[in-house]
Amino acid sequence: MAAREGIYGLLAEFDTPGDLIRAAQQARKDGWRRMDCYTPYPVEEAAEAIGFHRNKVPLITLIGGLMGLVAMFLFQVWVSVWAYPLNIAGRPLYSWPAFIVPAYEWTILFAGLSAAFGMLALNGLPALYHPLFNAPNFRDGATTDKFFLCLEALDPKFDLAEAKKYLQSFEPVSVVEVEY
Amino acid sequence: MASGELKDNPRRDPATGEYRVIAPGQTFLSVTEKITRIVLTPTTPLGWFAVFGIGGAIATLFLVAVTWLFLVGVGIWGITQPVAWGFAIINFVWWIGIGHAGTLISAILLLFKQSWRNSINRFAEAMTIFAVVCAGMFPLIHVGRPWLAYWMLPVPLTMNVWPQFRSPLMWDVFAVSTYATISVVFWYIGMVPDFGTMRDRAESKFAKYAYGLCSLGWRGSVRHWSRYETASLLLAGLATPLVLSVHTVISFDFAVAVLSGWHTTIFPPYFVAGAIYSGFAMVLTLAIPLRKFYHLEGLVTERHIDNMGKVMLATGFIVAYGYAMEVFMAWYSGSHWEAFMMWNRMFGPMGWAYWVLVTCNLAIPLTTLWSRKLRTSIPFMFFISIVVNTGMWFERFVIVVTSLYRDFLPSSWGTYRATKWDYMTYVGTLGLFTALFLLFVRFLPMIPMSEIRMMLPGAKITPKKAAEAGD
Repeated sequence: MAAREGIYGLLAEFDTPGDLIRAAQQARKDGWRRMDCYTPYPVEEAAEAIGFHRNKVPLITLIGGLMGLVAMFLFQVWVSVWAYPLNIAGRPLYSWPAFIVPAYEWTILFAGLSAAFGMLALNGLPALYHPLFNAPNFRDGATTDKFFLCLEALDPKFDLAEAKKYLQSFEPVSVVEVEY
Repeated sequence: MASGELKDNPRRDPATGEYRVIAPGQTFLSVTEKITRIVLTPTTPLGWFAVFGIGGAIATLFLVAVTWLFLVGVGIWGITQPVAWGFAIINFVWWIGIGHAGTLISAILLLFKQSWRNSINRFAEAMTIFAVVCAGMFPLIHVGRPWLAYWMLPVPLTMNVWPQFRSPLMWDVFAVSTYATISVVFWYIGMVPDFGTMRDRAESKFAKYAYGLCSLGWRGSVRHWSRYETASLLLAGLATPLVLSVHTVISFDFAVAVLSGWHTTIFPPYFVAGAIYSGFAMVLTLAIPLRKFYHLEGLVTERHIDNMGKVMLATGFIVAYGYAMEVFMAWYSGSHWEAFMMWNRMFGPMGWAYWVLVTCNLAIPLTTLWSRKLRTSIPFMFFISIVVNTGMWFERFVIVVTSLYRDFLPSSWGTYRATKWDYMTYVGTLGLFTALFLLFVRFLPMIPMSEIRMMLPGAKITPKKAAEAGD
């Protein structure tokens, strides 16, 4: 993918989660949509503030779990009844209660892998590059003790000078431009 | 510990008298610094090399024992008829059981919103994984021809042979492999944000690069966090029934056999409780020296030790119930064989093992863990953890050996003597475990920073301006 030119967005830095949430709520109220918050630990209120309420991870997990369940159960039936029937003391070939345990384990295995990898896929991770890392102060605090709000240039309301003034009104520690 | 000290101690909450989960005065930065510095320091403490050297040396015993085993065969072990199951199974069950506390701490306590678990969850999970690694060795080497171990997997072979899915031993393959996979995934996903922190705080180019790759490009977007939290909860919700099923399936290996002493319906819950009991003991055995050596007393506090003591007390009583029920059923079943097995287990030639187990698992811990003073005494809890680990090993020894060596037909009675190869294999896995754990402590963040940050006073969302004064 060719590198894009220009500005990715404006990044405001805050010291406390409270300041970030207030700014994000206000920005959302003022009609900003293409924006994101960056925090060193999960701040649910910030996700709510930018209007991110639910995600698809549970659905993916459910589908994965059902796939594991059905796949393993059918596989055991196929092996035990058709591929390699073993007559042990005349017990039935289709002895489904015995097949529950591996099917149960595979339900969990597939559901767990779907939850983990589904979450990563929805997040667009792994990502080797992201423009935010170009911001000089982002790596100093985003994963330690600082809270960031980024207004993205893709938002139709975005105008560099005005957005900068707008972010300054929240009294952040700093506002920096983020380049692609 | 004078009682006057209790009131003035800032590490205690004055309202309840309980120790605080996190010692006061910690900030986002101080916690991050403390945890990352252990890993990102250019100088490794000498003590680390010493313990790693000892652990590695002991692990070579395992290597030697297994090499000889592969050259000669399982005849070098003490197993014989009628005791065809020996150390390999005992150690397998013991190690898997130890692993269970890690999953309990990371999954079940997360679901119950026990946030005190956050400090100990990462290394408890690491303990799980390394314990499963050690446990997994035994089924692989005890099959006699380990190069054919892949026959256990349902893969299309040229002989057109498929595994027997009606056998609990086959269920074990699925339970343990799922357990290992999910534990690793849960552990890794939990570390991704912390890898981001490590990447951002690393100084050396190589560390930046390595942790950067491991962090998968994590940048802490709240959208990502939201999905991440959902996935963590789901993984916890999945790991909980999984961990219960793993030891249940392992107990089926015994319980579906017709042998007296194994053929019991109490086995699944009793095995799971025993697993958690021994696992918490192992967490204590690891946590107590670690917090001392790396000065983590502010993050792994007396409260954690205290709470783990309480969990051990509770699971210890479930285990006690299991023992009592075995004795009761031996009498109540009216089965002559059951009654003899229990008599022989207690008073037969190997009766001493039963009494070691009763002393270590019941007599010592279940009488003393009631006292909060003792539960918050670090040397005492370390002692208890070793006692319970020993006791739980003997529990498995008693179940496996004393049920087997005098079965239905007196003419086939025998005895069991472990050989030096048995001991070397077992002790060797202890060294392997130590060495792996030390590598983890040296190269990975052993306390989940992002989860600790959530518990700090700075994470409280305060109204404007008051916020500045608080941090």
